[in-house]
Amino acid sequence: MQVLSPQFKPRATLALKDASLQAALGKARGGFVDKRAAAAAELPEFEQLREEAKAIKEHTLDHLDFYLERFEERVKAQGGQVHWARNAEDAQRIVLEICRKANAKTVTKGKSMVSEEVGINEVLEQEGIEVIETDLGEYIIQLAKEPPSHIIAPAVHKTKAQVSELFHAHHSKLGLTKVLTEVADLVNEARQVLRGKFFRADVGITGGNFLVAETGSSIIVTNEGNGDLTQTLARVHIVTSGIERVVPTLDDATTFLRLLARSATGQETETYTTVSSGPRRPGDPDGPEEYHVVLVDNGRSKMLAGRFREMLRCIRCGACMNHCPVYGAIGGHAYGWVYPGPMGSVLTPLFVGLDAAYDLPNACTLNGRCQSVCPVKIPLPDLLRELRHMQHEAKLSPWYQRAALAAWGFVASRPRLYHALTGLAVRALGWLGRGRGRFGYLPLASAWTKGRDLPAPQGKTFQEAWRERRGKSS
Amino acid sequence: MTSPVPAGPRIGLFATCLMDSFRPSVGFAAVKLLEDAGCTVEVPAAQTCCGQPALNSGDFATTRRLAKQVIETFAGFDYVVGPSGSCMATIKNDYPQLFADDPQWREKAEDLSRRSFELLSFLTDVLKVDRVKARFEGTVTYHDSCSGLRELGVKAQPRKLLATVEGLKLSEMQDAETCCGFGGTFCVKYPDISEKMASDKVANIEASGAGTLLGGDLGCLMNIAGRMKRLGKPVRVFHAAEVLAGMADGPGLAEPEVR
Repeated sequence: MQVLSPQFKPRATLALKDASLQAALGKARGGFVDKRAAAAAELPEFEQLREEAKAIKEHTLDHLDFYLERFEERVKAQGGQVHWARNAEDAQRIVLEICRKANAKTVTKGKSMVSEEVGINEVLEQEGIEVIETDLGEYIIQLAKEPPSHIIAPAVHKTKAQVSELFHAHHSKLGLTKVLTEVADLVNEARQVLRGKFFRADVGITGGNFLVAETGSSIIVTNEGNGDLTQTLARVHIVTSGIERVVPTLDDATTFLRLLARSATGQETETYTTVSSGPRRPGDPDGPEEYHVVLVDNGRSKMLAGRFREMLRCIRCGACMNHCPVYGAIGGHAYGWVYPGPMGSVLTPLFVGLDAAYDLPNACTLNGRCQSVCPVKIPLPDLLRELRHMQHEAKLSPWYQRAALAAWGFVASRPRLYHALTGLAVRALGWLGRGRGRFGYLPLASAWTKGRDLPAPQGKTFQEAWRERRGKSS
Repeated sequence: MTSPVPAGPRIGLFATCLMDSFRPSVGFAAVKLLEDAGCTVEVPAAQTCCGQPALNSGDFATTRRLAKQVIETFAGFDYVVGPSGSCMATIKNDYPQLFADDPQWREKAEDLSRRSFELLSFLTDVLKVDRVKARFEGTVTYHDSCSGLRELGVKAQPRKLLATVEGLKLSEMQDAETCCGFGGTFCVKYPDISEKMASDKVANIEASGAGTLLGGDLGCLMNIAGRMKRLGKPVRVFHAAEVLAGMADGPGLAEPEVR
């Protein structure tokens, strides 16, 4: 996927001016936040579950090699195959080879962020294979030829009217010419179109919300059942998953399942939770002939050893972006790559580079709301600040910012000089602003005064006024 | 309100840089509230800023330099109190982390951390103040600044004290806990996004029907007041300490001297 993160600022500005995007975002924001809050409040042990989940992840990351090998062993014992992908190219090659071997003409896909990350669709399409996204949101953006703007609600940036237009444009060719305006009708039409594709598919690709080492199973959760149709109806099932998604036992997985739906959408549980353990066994009524798991590293083992290890706890619920006021203002596309919002602002620089994704860790107010709702308690603001530190050390911030910071640091470490200068500035500004009490424009402060007035100071600094009133008592 | 011991605790007032430059009246309100509760308040002249602008810009070396300055300046006080959740969270939570690899300074930072408090929560939680003697006619709404709220747990404390102000009625706004778009240097690095966030905040303040906005952090209050004035809204803006000290009779933020 193309990296557009370097254009964050202009893309954010466009997003702010996009009326239909703003309408879509406004609708989504309240829903996710209120529903999550209600779901968390209804479960007395919710906070305790967060602690447990964090501990399980930490334990698993401490012994990741062990659990991954155990997972591989169990998958093989059940007749499945495990492939290790060091990077995106590896993952593309592995999936392509499996599809070639299966003589695949049609591939259905359940939602998988990892497959977006490593760019599976492009490679398969180049090979002449028809790729169909079956998650409704993914299907919508595939028709629109857009990347997802949210990790669990990929088409959250689209309004109903836009979807209606899109369906009309694409489905007319299939003889479905009626213009639909009701959500239920739109969903039904998508189901109708997708149903045939499920039966025709040679290969079904899904992600893996969790991989269970104990049983060699992959677990996916969906609200549409599309994942089940993808993985049971095709001859070959491929799971693409990051290496960090493994958990030790089924019991551990249930801890996460209880947190995931509540954190993501405020549901107690998703409509479908499906556990896959190997290919169809003799006597099974359905299921694929082949079961493959592609374990994707793509930089994760490097994170494991470094300062961003805690990010590997992420279960991709999307709560951080649902609660991020910056995401809420600009939506996901401005971030310019696969993962948006707070978790994306940590991951993207690590994947595509500190320079290319310079803005992402900086376009954050460090308000901490993401951390407060993260089901596995990732200290996202600290990690974002750590990225800023690395950018500062690498001198990636604009020269004028570094110069201003250095000048300020020089003055602020010299209290006498500091108080002399602030005293003068405050006196001047206080005098200039005394009439209106504020400034509509101020040279050198135009970034502030662009969208808001600057309150005028009261004429003297506190230090000055204090010493006048109380003498030099301290 | 009583002063339980003849010589109350000795407080070093952390005069935040925004308060020092833009709104000294908040400092005097803080002093009044602390003295009314029996404290002795001093304002060390050797202080400038907690270093948060450097910290949040990733310049940890400059932050450490300023942190050491603060640690030394406020050595020996029983408590260090400031009228800002943001600055006090930096001192309380970030300083010890900054010196993780420096045992000597880490210990000093932890000692300062234990003694440092945000003003409003210090009054209720440490000094056990449960009421103030002040009057303010009108309906107010309260913006929960993020650092105070999420890093220091400041939420109920200001409301508890405001409830004892005669004539004051609190009307909660929608999304009081959502960031106003200030974010320190964020607001000048990403002014368009910040403006949108501030506009959302202003809309919620307006919808609350309150005539006055209160909060505990001047950064947020300056941002919101600035956006409010730009949009031509009549809502007044004060730091909560000014109202609690009965010192909100002058001009609010961004208002001219004579109204």
